[in-house]
Amino acid sequence: MGYTAAMKELSFILNGHEVKERNVAPTTTLLQYLRQHLQLTGTKEGCAEGDCGACTVAVLDPHGEDGPTYRAINACLVLLPMMQGQTIVTVEGLKTGDQLHPVQQKLIEAFGSQCGYCTPGVVMSLFEACYRKDLDAEWKVDDQLCGNLCRCTGYRPIRESARSLAGRCPNDRFLEDLRQAESSERSVHYESEGELYLAPESFDALFDHLDTHPDVRLVAGGTDLSLEITKRFVRPKKLLSLEAIEALSEHRVEGDTWVVGAGVTLSRLERPAPKYAPALARMLRFFAARQIKNRATIGGNLCTASPIGDLAPVLLMLDAEFVLRSRAGERIVPSAEFFLSYRKTALRKKEIMSAVRIPILTAHAEHRLSAYKVSKRQELDISAVSAGLRVELEHGKVKRARFAFGGLAATPARASRLEAAVTGQPWTEASLEKALPALEQDYKPIDDHRGSAWYRMTIAKRLVLGFLLETESEPSPEHAYRPTGTVDPEASR
Amino acid sequence: MSPKASALGTSLPHESGHLHVSGEARYVDDLPPPRGMLVAQALTSNVAHGFIRRLDVRRARVLPGVHAVLTAEDIPGHNDISPFARDEELLASSEVHCIGQSIALVVAESLELCRAGLARIEIDIEPLPAILSIEAARAAGSFLSNEHVIERGHLETAFAGAKLRLEGTVETGGQDHFYLETHASLVTPLEDRSFLVQSSTQHPSEVQAKVAEVLGLSSSAVVVECPRMGGGFGGKETQAANFAALAALGAHHTRRPVKVWLNRDQDMICTGKRHPFWSRFRAGFEADGRITALEVETYSDGGFSADLSKPVLDRALFHLDNAYFIPNLRFSGRVVRTHQPSNTAFRGFGGPQGMFVVEHVLNLAAERLGLDSAEIRERNFYGPAPRNLTPYGQEVTENRLARIHSELLESAEYRARQASIAAHNQSHRWKKRGLAFQPVKFGISFTNAMLNQAGALVNIFIDGSVQVNHGGTEMGQGLHTKMRVIAAHELGLPLSRIRLMTTATDKIPNTSATAASSGADLNGQAVRQACVTLRERLKEVACGLLEIPETERAGVIFEDGQVRHPASKMTVDFSALTVRAHRDQVSLSATGYYRTPNIHYDEAQGRGHPFHYFAYGGAVIEVEVNGFTGEHRLRRVDVLHDVGDSLVPSVDRGQIEGGFIQGLGWLTSEELVVAESGELRTHSPDTYKIPALGEAPPDFFVHLLERAPQPDVVHGSKAVGEPPFMLAIGVITALRQAILAYGSGAAELSLEIPATPEAVLRAIESRREPR
Ligand SMILES: Cc1cc2nc3c(=O)[nH]c(=O)nc-3n(C[C@H](O)[C@H](O)[C@H](O)COP(=O)(O)OP(=O)(O)OC[C@H]3O[C@@H](n4cnc5c(N)ncnc54)[C@H](O)[C@@H]3O)c2cc1C
Ligand code: FES
Ligand code: FES
Repeated sequence: MGYTAAMKELSFILNGHEVKERNVAPTTTLLQYLRQHLQLTGTKEGCAEGDCGACTVAVLDPHGEDGPTYRAINACLVLLPMMQGQTIVTVEGLKTGDQLHPVQQKLIEAFGSQCGYCTPGVVMSLFEACYRKDLDAEWKVDDQLCGNLCRCTGYRPIRESARSLAGRCPNDRFLEDLRQAESSERSVHYESEGELYLAPESFDALFDHLDTHPDVRLVAGGTDLSLEITKRFVRPKKLLSLEAIEALSEHRVEGDTWVVGAGVTLSRLERPAPKYAPALARMLRFFAARQIKNRATIGGNLCTASPIGDLAPVLLMLDAEFVLRSRAGERIVPSAEFFLSYRKTALRKKEIMSAVRIPILTAHAEHRLSAYKVSKRQELDISAVSAGLRVELEHGKVKRARFAFGGLAATPARASRLEAAVTGQPWTEASLEKALPALEQDYKPIDDHRGSAWYRMTIAKRLVLGFLLETESEPSPEHAYRPTGTVDPEASR
Repeated sequence: MSPKASALGTSLPHESGHLHVSGEARYVDDLPPPRGMLVAQALTSNVAHGFIRRLDVRRARVLPGVHAVLTAEDIPGHNDISPFARDEELLASSEVHCIGQSIALVVAESLELCRAGLARIEIDIEPLPAILSIEAARAAGSFLSNEHVIERGHLETAFAGAKLRLEGTVETGGQDHFYLETHASLVTPLEDRSFLVQSSTQHPSEVQAKVAEVLGLSSSAVVVECPRMGGGFGGKETQAANFAALAALGAHHTRRPVKVWLNRDQDMICTGKRHPFWSRFRAGFEADGRITALEVETYSDGGFSADLSKPVLDRALFHLDNAYFIPNLRFSGRVVRTHQPSNTAFRGFGGPQGMFVVEHVLNLAAERLGLDSAEIRERNFYGPAPRNLTPYGQEVTENRLARIHSELLESAEYRARQASIAAHNQSHRWKKRGLAFQPVKFGISFTNAMLNQAGALVNIFIDGSVQVNHGGTEMGQGLHTKMRVIAAHELGLPLSRIRLMTTATDKIPNTSATAASSGADLNGQAVRQACVTLRERLKEVACGLLEIPETERAGVIFEDGQVRHPASKMTVDFSALTVRAHRDQVSLSATGYYRTPNIHYDEAQGRGHPFHYFAYGGAVIEVEVNGFTGEHRLRRVDVLHDVGDSLVPSVDRGQIEGGFIQGLGWLTSEELVVAESGELRTHSPDTYKIPALGEAPPDFFVHLLERAPQPDVVHGSKAVGEPPFMLAIGVITALRQAILAYGSGAAELSLEIPATPEAVLRAIESRREPR
């Protein structure tokens, strides 16, 4: 099936009203649209880069893990055509008549606003929390809110509100909307102000577009690409979105492989990951914030090929494979062969990543694995160093090692020299200490504002040691709490 | 349940809370755009220091949609926006002094057109040598102030007799305010060469004066309003004038409303920050940890212009003693001039930077002498005479330090936890904890006596509803909430009858900035006075209604929206009274005014009485440090703070918690990385990390000191905006404890500020490997 060239209009539901729009440029962000076109100024701009949460709004996702759910997203990073067919709730839409929504009421009662500028965003994150059914640990509630910076309150009242509201949604019209939720038309063919935005529903249509518009830019969640628009004021003339292709957002188990569509968002991965790839789950704990994870895709994270991308080290460590698809069909590339050089990947022209094949590994005393991320701030920060680490042991000696790091080189990469140095050696602290200098042959990290070369190299080494200690008792450690620091061999609160 | 007679002293939501949570609260950028509104963006310098050789804006001017491109030559009045030193141009005329300094202004129909216009400006700046550090400025003799010296006792004799002598240097870095709402100003031309300025500013009167000056108008032609701010923290005290004046210049030339709004990067690059400080110290101690001598020579980085740097430095000197009596001392300080944006007010106003020095010295001494952090601090507390004189000769009165120390250590179970932490550290190789006690004494008042005044205007309407105007601005600190409570209390009305009005210079003229924690102290007295005036007038009218003789007027009671008198069986509704007052031709409008008595300081002598009183507080802080990575977290924080008799405890608690976490950010994660070119590398939250929710301690216990009314302050209350910020200094003490537990390497532990994971790991490593 192709697309209808006639679709010249975007339509979505905003605070219960249907909106049709045909006049704004497709690179207009939802935030700009709300504030400047609709004069809905409740939603704020604090950074235009996904880092403060002042712009948080909620969208209704009919396909949540526990049924239809609301998802908080950063309005500053979504382009208006991405909202095609969506149901959007902004802070202005929460009141029913004069009646405040329970999250609004709670925040007032908890003295949770001072200057009030972060508040609309906090309210919308709380709104998602309120309708979520899976916030069963304190650290998860904290994680839900870590994308909302507040400079005034010191967070205590916000955290308190979140804990009391999480999962306690009232039986109200928003819940009713969830019950009634249906999938909607997500395909887009929208052109305005000389800019084109395409979101086809099928691979065929996708490859047609790629043929017709060789200069088109691919986009998935847009959390990376939109920064060019909001921070560098570049306006891509043509965008081709992968969002409407359903096959890309599915994941399934095939034998001993977990096959994850490239378009699966990170928050959607969080539920199955502990079962199929606990190390990935552990990394997701330290990845961005809820609003970002609700949009960002696994494929986007890999294809943008950032040297500090956090998923790559984990997937390299797991010996994952990437499925690349073009008109000609699919080819499978081992993760270790995907990242070629700085921001360059094995993707060819007119080719996309369609899936990630992750071996389901069973951790045990002889097969240990984990993932780590160190950043200046533990929430919503880019790595100084991230790592995926795995050893297979035989009679106390290393049979096979997979040590992959981000933040140490121009691409995420395996530490082949260190891997070689430990292989065949006893897996003990003393023997590891001897092998660790090999890491200096693997990487020549750089100094920047996220960390000095010294720091990067030092913690990279320490993480391997920490991994050794941490996995002594627990082959694939998963803490029930948020530890101080990414590695905690002496588990306790 | 009977209604409470007065809301004074009860916890209340923020006055605008219901508007915050519903998105209805309007900030400057949210105001509906007036018809024909244009926006403006400045061309800013991309070199730290340079000479403008050529500036050609002609190609930008002809771009369709661009309405004006303005340079220094287009300024009708004075090209100056400094608060008093006359050293800061609105648009650089020939020399640029920092990256981000404005040179030209493009006024256009959209931001995009502004950017297109900016791209067409041709400019050639010849780079000149730039001074980018305190060290370089000192070497070059580049200063913004003379030396301010405070001395007493016999320093050298005391050093000679000291059991422990310490020497060293200490540095603290800058801090971006990171108010969530960036700078914004909207200027609308009105009739007859007058202007309405709507600005996110802590200082509407200064904005008014600077806009008038830049446009060559008298102040009476300019009205400044501040609806509310999305945070200020000092960053909008002087620096809002800049952007208001730019918008005004645009409005003047185009005769259309013009808005200037900064995006986050622009805000962080162009505006001043907390002053970095560098200090050298010498200290002498008795064996029991009592300090006998302290010499501190301190320098602050003022950036390129004076702004408020001198009073910031003064306050740093006034807080080098913190809570401690130091018999022999010499404190000296000077502001250096560098080619950075002009540093400015920031919560604490130099106090944190000063206090940090003495706390650092105490840490070193305690570590050498084997004393615990609470012990050494308590031994040095101000006490009864003669241990009650500050270095500048003001007596420490209402001293609550000892009380806070003992009550807090008890409630925080300090001793027991100290033991369990020691045990934990014994048994954990990679996870060490530290515990610290941190007291604070902070002087309240503007140290410039003139600024300690405030006005209010209270209007009662015939229907008995009330509008309160005062000179303070609301930036989240809860000032309006407090003012409303005071007015309700004096008039015996429910809060719902009192409406707080937008701060406006045509309501209250000649105001001081809302700053120095003094907003509630000053404006509260003014509001109270206006209300008392009205109440006294109304009492006379009430006598008639209650059918009692006028001689009984003193006994009239205003309560719960009613008016009564013990001698009368009747009660009348407040609104009946106001209807009657109007009929009787009694004015229902009154102003209030307050000035703080007896503030003075003689800098030449280094002696005086710069503060009305002192605020006190204490914190017990527990941290945990990860030995692999240097990552660390607060585990528990207990605060006991002296806010006098709290006007609104929920507001005060919010200030304490928020101030503490902001201090935590300054000391542990907020890093202004400046490149060799002078360019700020960390100019957005992507790289500049303020605390997020996860940094707040899981256990955060805040208590207000009970039974502690402050004499001569409105309803016995006390200022609270700034002092709690400094409680966070104890985080560093606690971190040092934890780091020390990792090993006994290098003799003296050196921990850089901010204590990021990297800085902490460096410190740990230096302990591990003895050199
Ligand atoms: C505030 C914030 C925090 C962040 N935190 C982290 C973090 O902690 N760790 C981290 O690793 N990253 C982080 N990121 C980066 C980013 O969010 C992630 O990399 C995200 O996974 C990108 O996915 P996306 O779907 O949004 O990508 P998009 O922005 O849609 O795309 C990114 C790039 O990949 C290409 N692309 C996307 N999908 C495909 C595909 N299937 N086939 C071929 N090409 C494709 C696009 O053309 C584009 O060039 C953060 C970003 C922000 C804004
Ligand atoms: S504006 Fe800061 S996250 Fe969107
Ligand atoms: S209340 Fe001011 S930023 Fe949160």
